[in-house]
Amino acid sequence: MKATCWIDKRDVRVEDVPEPTILNSRDAIVRITSTAICGSDLHLYNGFVPSMKSGDVLGHEFMGEVVEVGAAVKNLKTGDRVVVPFPIACGACAMCGKGLFSLCENTNPNAWMAEKLWGYSPAGIFGYSHLVGGFPGGQAQYARVPFADVGPVKIPQGIQDETVLFLSDIFPTGYMGADLCEIKKGDVIAVWGCGPVGQFAIKSAHLLGAERVIAIDRFPYRLRMARELGGAETLNYEETDVYEALRELTGGRGPDACIDAVGMEAHVPGPLYAYHRAKQALMLQTDRAYALRQAIMACRNGGIVSVIGVYGGFVDKFPMGSLMNRSLTIKTGQCHVQRYMKPLLERIQKGEIDPSFVVTHRMRLDEAPVAYEKFLNKEDECMKIVLKP
Amino acid sequence: MAVIQARQRHDHRATRMLSFDPRRIASGLGWLSIGLGLAATLAPDRMARMIGFRRSRMAARVLRLVGLRKLGAGLGILSRARPARWLWARVAGDVMDLGLLGTAMRSRRVRRERIAAATAAVVGVTVLDALSGAKLSQSSGAAASAVTLRRAITINRRSDEVYRFWRDFTNLPRFMQRVETVQRLSERRSHWRVRGPGGMTLEWDAEITDDVPNERITWRALPASAVDHAGIVRFRQAPGGRGTEVSVEMQYTPPGGGVGAGVAKMFGAAPEQELAEDLRHLKQLLETGEVVISEGSERGVAQSPPTGRGGQR
Repeated sequence: MKATCWIDKRDVRVEDVPEPTILNSRDAIVRITSTAICGSDLHLYNGFVPSMKSGDVLGHEFMGEVVEVGAAVKNLKTGDRVVVPFPIACGACAMCGKGLFSLCENTNPNAWMAEKLWGYSPAGIFGYSHLVGGFPGGQAQYARVPFADVGPVKIPQGIQDETVLFLSDIFPTGYMGADLCEIKKGDVIAVWGCGPVGQFAIKSAHLLGAERVIAIDRFPYRLRMARELGGAETLNYEETDVYEALRELTGGRGPDACIDAVGMEAHVPGPLYAYHRAKQALMLQTDRAYALRQAIMACRNGGIVSVIGVYGGFVDKFPMGSLMNRSLTIKTGQCHVQRYMKPLLERIQKGEIDPSFVVTHRMRLDEAPVAYEKFLNKEDECMKIVLKP
Repeated sequence: MAVIQARQRHDHRATRMLSFDPRRIASGLGWLSIGLGLAATLAPDRMARMIGFRRSRMAARVLRLVGLRKLGAGLGILSRARPARWLWARVAGDVMDLGLLGTAMRSRRVRRERIAAATAAVVGVTVLDALSGAKLSQSSGAAASAVTLRRAITINRRSDEVYRFWRDFTNLPRFMQRVETVQRLSERRSHWRVRGPGGMTLEWDAEITDDVPNERITWRALPASAVDHAGIVRFRQAPGGRGTEVSVEMQYTPPGGGVGAGVAKMFGAAPEQELAEDLRHLKQLLETGEVVISEGSERGVAQSPPTGRGGQR
C-alpha cells in the first residue's frame, strides 16, 4: 500500500509499505478515505521530535471504512464508517476510567522511552514517533487501529468526510483548549495561534459562553479567518505589542484565560528569534516557548493558561515568578479525544458548527511531500490540507 | 537471597543485625566531617587555639583550607552516590592532617599536650574511616555479582485475581519476555526455561517456598541449579479502590564462570527496565486482555497467533 513515510528532517516520501494486519484481538483495519496533515506533524517534519526512524508512517488524523476486525471487537463490523481518535486508549485502566484517555496506562509499548524523557508515559499515538509507541500513522491507504472497540466513532452515511474528519484531533483539541479555561459568562479569552487548532479554540470558546475572544497570529489570512469565521478580535504580533494591546482591550486587567495553540516552534519577531533558534541548535532548550511566556505574562491575576500547543522537552526562562505570585493556573495535555468525540459529533449534527471551514487544500495522498512543504511555508494561504488516498 | 528473606519477614531491623554497619558509620562520619569543616571554616582562630596553637595566623589559614576539604568530603559521603570513594578521600585527608600535626609538634609556639590529644583523635578517626571505606568497597563489589531487581505497578484488578494469575506460573511466559516456558511439576514445583544471552537457554527447577493467598508468593530455584534465582511478589490493595499494587523483587546470583558472567550480562544495561516492562505486560494482560504491541515496538513477548477473522480488502 501507499503510505507517507518520514525519511529524515524535511524529507517525507510516499512509499510502498506492507499492508497492516490484525496483531491483537481488539484491533481493526481501516481503509482510509480521508486524512489530514496536522500542525504537530510539522514538528516531526522539522525534526523537533526525538525517536523518529526513517520509514515511519506519518499521520494521526484519519477516517475510513472498517475492512477487518479482530475477534474481540464486537461493536464494529466490516463496512462501518469510522473516525479514529489520535491517542490510543484501552478504556480499562485507571486513567481511561477518569476520562484521561491520552494518558492511557496501557497503550504505549515503548513507555520506558517516554519515562526517560518525561518521568511517566502518556498513551500511544498514531504516527508520532517511537516515544509514544511507534504505531504507524494514517496518512496511508490502510491503518491498524488497536482497541478499535474503544476509540473509533461510527459516522452515519450522508455526512461528508470533511465535516467529521477533524473529530480525530484538531476540533476536540481546540475544544479542550477552551474547556480547560472554565469559561464563565462575560469571560474574555485570548488565543495564541490562529492555525486550525486555534480556529477551533476560538469557535469553541464562543460555544462555551465566552463574551469576547481575542486571537493572536502574524499571518493576515489566518487573522482574517479568526475575525470573519470565528468572530474574534485580532492582534498581529508583528505589528502590535501584544501585552500592551491585551491590557488595553481588557480594561487594564488582562484576559480571564489564555490559550496557547502554538507550541514548541513559536516564532518571535526580531533578533530574539535568532537567539532562541541558536539555543535550540546548541541543545540549551528543545522548545521555543515564546507564545507560552507571553500568554502567562498577559493573563489576568488568578486566571487560567490553557496549553494545547505541543511541547516536547525543555523550556528556558520559564516565568515561574509571574505564575506563582499571580495565582495563575496552567492546564494542559494532549487532547482526551475519546471524551469529546460523541458530544462534538452531536454539535455537528445539530448544525452548531461545521468543522470543514478550515479546509483550504485538497490533494492526493501521493502529493504528500508537496503538501508538507506547502503547509510548512504557508503557501497560497494554506490552512488545512486534506489528503485523499 | 538473604535480602529477600529478611524483607519477607517485614523486618527492617534485619539490616542492623550486622554488628558493623558501614553505611550508618559512614553517615556519622559524614556529619562529623561537616561539623568540623564548618567550625574550621567559620572560626579557624578558635579552632586553632583548641587544637593547641598559640595565636598563629598561618595555622588559621591552613585550618580554613582543611575545613573546606572536610566540608567537601562530608557532603560527598552524605550524597550517597559513592560513599566509599569519599571515605577514602577522608582517609587521605586524615593522613594529611596527621602530617600537619606532626609538623606543629616540632614548633615551639604550640601547647604540646593539646597537639598530642588532637593527633590521637585524628588517628582514631582515620582507623574508623579506613575500616568503613574498606567495608563499603567490599560490599559494593559483592553486589556486582548478584543482580537484584525491584519494581512495582498498580493494576486495576482485585488482588485475588492478580494473585491467582501469578500463582499459576505457567502464565509467566505470557508477560515475562525472557521466560520461554514454565512447566508445572507439582503444586509447588515448576521447571523454567529462560532465554539467556546469545541464544543460550538456561533451565532450572523452582520451588514455591512461601505462599499466602492474595498477599504474596515467594519462590527460589532449587539448590544446584545453574542459576541461583529467587523472587517474591507481593499483592496489596491499592488505596481508594484503585486495584492492586504488585511489587516484585527478584535476585539472580550467578554461580561464577562462563554461565555466571552470561547471566549478569543477560539483563543488559537496564535490568530493572526489563522487569518494569514485564510488569507493564502483566497489567495490560489483566486490564485489557492482551499485551499491547505496535509495529514499531522495540521488544515484545511471545504473542498468541492473530485472531482476526480475515476480512477482505
